[in-house]
Amino acid sequence: MEKKKITIGVTGLNNIDSPGPGIPVIRGLKESDTFDVRIVGLAYENLEPGIYMKDLVDKAYLVPYPSSGADEYLNRIFEIHAKENLDLIIPNFDAELYTFIKNSKKINEKGIATFLPSLDQFEERHKANLPAFAKKYEITVPKSVTVLSAKDFLKVEEEISYPFFVKGKFYEAYKAYNRDQALFYFAKLEAKWGLPVVVQEMVSGTEVNVVALGDGEGNTVAAVPMRKTYITDKGKAWGGITIKDEKMLEITRDIIAKTKWRGGMELEMIKTKDEKYYLIEINPRIPAWVYLAVGAGQNIPDALAKLAMGYEVKPFEDYKVGTMFIRYSYDLIGDVSQFAQINIYGEL
Amino acid sequence: MKIKDLAINESGFVFNPYTGESFSVNSTGYEILKLLRKDLSQEEIVNELTGIFDISKDQAEKDVIDFLNMLEKYDLLEK
Repeated sequence: MEKKKITIGVTGLNNIDSPGPGIPVIRGLKESDTFDVRIVGLAYENLEPGIYMKDLVDKAYLVPYPSSGADEYLNRIFEIHAKENLDLIIPNFDAELYTFIKNSKKINEKGIATFLPSLDQFEERHKANLPAFAKKYEITVPKSVTVLSAKDFLKVEEEISYPFFVKGKFYEAYKAYNRDQALFYFAKLEAKWGLPVVVQEMVSGTEVNVVALGDGEGNTVAAVPMRKTYITDKGKAWGGITIKDEKMLEITRDIIAKTKWRGGMELEMIKTKDEKYYLIEINPRIPAWVYLAVGAGQNIPDALAKLAMGYEVKPFEDYKVGTMFIRYSYDLIGDVSQFAQINIYGEL
Repeated sequence: MKIKDLAINESGFVFNPYTGESFSVNSTGYEILKLLRKDLSQEEIVNELTGIFDISKDQAEKDVIDFLNMLEKYDLLEK
């Protein structure tokens, strides 16, 4: 059967030491059994490696940061759409999701499909709202407190003992052993990601994650659990392995059923020695390690594209336990003319 | 955790599919694991080991106890 040609805009091309999910998402899309995919990469910085990966990214454009304002952002997306006729956009950054979700109607009206959670779904799983989310959906989470100013730490210390994690609004988390460290990390995370900053109790155990896809009707279309086997100093997985964990899958299916989650998600959990699971974070998008799921038999980016394009997708029933990934860095060779092209014209 | 769920290959590489952890065991450990998967008792495993290796019953008993303790330490025994 001939594959249907489609053009997909993908963000998150920063395939660096703390990589965005764009490149692994594209690898999944390129392996689609249904679509012949042309990829339009949407980059924020002119040195995002994905721009220069010509075997994966057919055309790349620079776009402004969403913080520059929704109008400016959307105008650029629509300008690119006018040239490229995008069938679908898959955003991969937490920080841009709000803009995409808030404006999804406008985007869809232009003929660009998306497959995103609703604004309510997106907001209620925020780190700062995790305790309320846990209560509503009966999930176990570590104790956490939202911090809006340095003096709030006096109150935090009464509720959570050191060491605890200080977490940024979107990304990054640091373990603080005393007040000095906590205040230092608070200032750092506030400056980088804004408020609130979240303090979370430290639960000892093994960090296990699930990448999943919800169809928006309460069904789990895909879910693959893994344990990180190699973690960078930024806490990112540099290696991982799929594991057999029915309890984690049960928690995932339960969350997706109760929230009617639409789109990709990553659940980060801690499994304690006595086999209790604490949900520490829900990321409202496909994670950078998604290609492990593709390798284990669940092509989540492709399934997401199919759902977005209105195809019926049968839930995956299995995955291969013991599938491993080992990340690596690689020096791409380019020419300064490519750099000039993306800088001057905003496209390559 | 059940011993039968472990993936074990002839070279002594052992993979726990529930945690993603892997271990390597020597030939004695490999034989003990194989015998445990057949639901043999500790006594029966000791007797089998004396047949497989040229060792005394006392030595086999010590090896089996040591190995079972290690399995317990790594949470590989059924609770």
